[in-house]
Amino acid sequence: MSAVKDSPRQGPALYTVSWLDTLAAWLLALLWILPLVYAVWTAFHPAEFSTRFDLAAPWTLENFRHAWQAAPFARYFLNTTLLVGMILAAQLVLSTLAAYAFARYEFRGKNVAFALVLVQLMIMPDILLVENYQTMAKLGLVDSLLAIGLPYFASAFAIFLLRQTFMGIPRELDEAARVEGASALQTLWRVYVPLAKPVYTAFALVSVSFHWNNFLWPLIITNSVESRPLTVGLQVFSSVEQGVEWSTITAATLMTSAPLLIAFLLFQRQFVQSFMRAGIK
Amino acid sequence: MAAGTNFAAPRAAVSQHALHAWLLLLPALALLVAFTHWPALATLIDSFFSTPRGSRPGHWVGLENYQVMVDDPVFWQAVRNNLWFAGATIPLSIGLALAMALWVNERMHGRAFLRMAYFTPTVLPMIAVANIWLFFYTPQYGLLEQITGALGLPSHNWLGDPSTALACITLVAIWKEAGFFMIFYLAALQTLNPSLKEAAAIEGASRWYYFQRVQWPLLMPTTLFVLVNAVVNAFRLVDHVFILTRGGPDNATSLLLYHLYEVGFKFWDAGYAAAITVVLVVVLASVALFQFFVLDKRVHYK
Repeated sequence: MSAVKDSPRQGPALYTVSWLDTLAAWLLALLWILPLVYAVWTAFHPAEFSTRFDLAAPWTLENFRHAWQAAPFARYFLNTTLLVGMILAAQLVLSTLAAYAFARYEFRGKNVAFALVLVQLMIMPDILLVENYQTMAKLGLVDSLLAIGLPYFASAFAIFLLRQTFMGIPRELDEAARVEGASALQTLWRVYVPLAKPVYTAFALVSVSFHWNNFLWPLIITNSVESRPLTVGLQVFSSVEQGVEWSTITAATLMTSAPLLIAFLLFQRQFVQSFMRAGIK
Repeated sequence: MAAGTNFAAPRAAVSQHALHAWLLLLPALALLVAFTHWPALATLIDSFFSTPRGSRPGHWVGLENYQVMVDDPVFWQAVRNNLWFAGATIPLSIGLALAMALWVNERMHGRAFLRMAYFTPTVLPMIAVANIWLFFYTPQYGLLEQITGALGLPSHNWLGDPSTALACITLVAIWKEAGFFMIFYLAALQTLNPSLKEAAAIEGASRWYYFQRVQWPLLMPTTLFVLVNAVVNAFRLVDHVFILTRGGPDNATSLLLYHLYEVGFKFWDAGYAAAITVVLVVVLASVALFQFFVLDKRVHYK
């Protein structure tokens, strides 16, 4: 007690972290990272070491070469990149326009329209597979990249986030731009978009990682190499029951996740912050 | 007050103003209607019609698809599995996320590593990590078998045994989700006023007491936000089932959305699939309504 009185400004180390906490935290972290470590081990060592742990085991890139040659991964990478880019571009444009209308216009039916947008937060296209498949069939889009992306072009989440941000921007800036003769779209582009940059980054990271990883809808709507994204390609590749070496599958698995994983390790702070920012309503 | 209303707005200007707003909304709203509202409605209609076969269009069958669903033992198994899956993933992933966030928030050795380790599963594709876990669970030479073998325990086919397969699936989902939820807790913890902690410590409150009486109540909005996400994910996370078990053995790991996939895209029974979709939509809509009318009334988000 007296120690506290003698030095009332000890800083935040008021509750010392017990060694038990540290131990538990570390054990859990090791457990959490173990699958990834294990995958790295298997992928970079010859097949005979995939179940044997020997520090003297030679390192190799052979598994990656095998995987790359065994399936059209180059094409899958291209498809996923195009898909993710297309979805993000559409989402950013469409939700910027919609969010601007919700944030700065008064019109009849605004609340109803906004409620209709929010519906998508809960009832996502991920669930409405059967009907959306039929729609795509009617449009003649089955087995195309456009069909994978189309249901996600309008994002309630992005509209919601941007609306919040736009509403926080001082109206004086808007009016100043108008006085100088800028049209609504010019104001949006010159005043609102630059000020919302952090939110755009946050949403972009979330969107890219979501669509890079998305699986079920692409699986259903595609059936050829030309339109398959990486996740579906990986599943097709690794579900070939016979013959494919375990180490090759692991190499393919790491390859598929590598871009996101590397981006995450490089920009950890931004990643974590954008997920935080994007999630907090 | 909208941007244009500073001017004495005559009727024509107001309607033009509204027109602009609707034009801005139009592209997004049209796509939302086409791929969210319309399909949600159409699935309800289709669930009362038979599955179109070839040139024969579907005809009105009333509640027949629902009768098929109620009589389908696999559907009920999927419901039970899904409830089990939800009942395990929701509390465990939230509890772990909270523990992770509290740890990472402390001045602990290797904090950056811990945060990285917890969060990494979140950024990896579920399909990819399922491959890794598959090898974990593989009989005889998988890592789990090697560990239990070294401990002298009998060999066990984790994914092949109906009594353990669902638990294996659940574990992967918890592993994937906990780090994601941790981020929200971490964000909330960092906004808590540090003087609260000082005050508690000076008053001689124990660490547990401080958590229970100060941190936990203040984290309530975050917990509810995470809870809603966890419930939705419990009905949406099925990617790993495709790799690990394909619903087997004996439908022991078939979840609702997976069952929907099988009915709709393996048996191509659109009518029955529409009925299952309705069930899923109703579940998610009730979560939404619960959040809107119950939670948002009681908790104030900023």
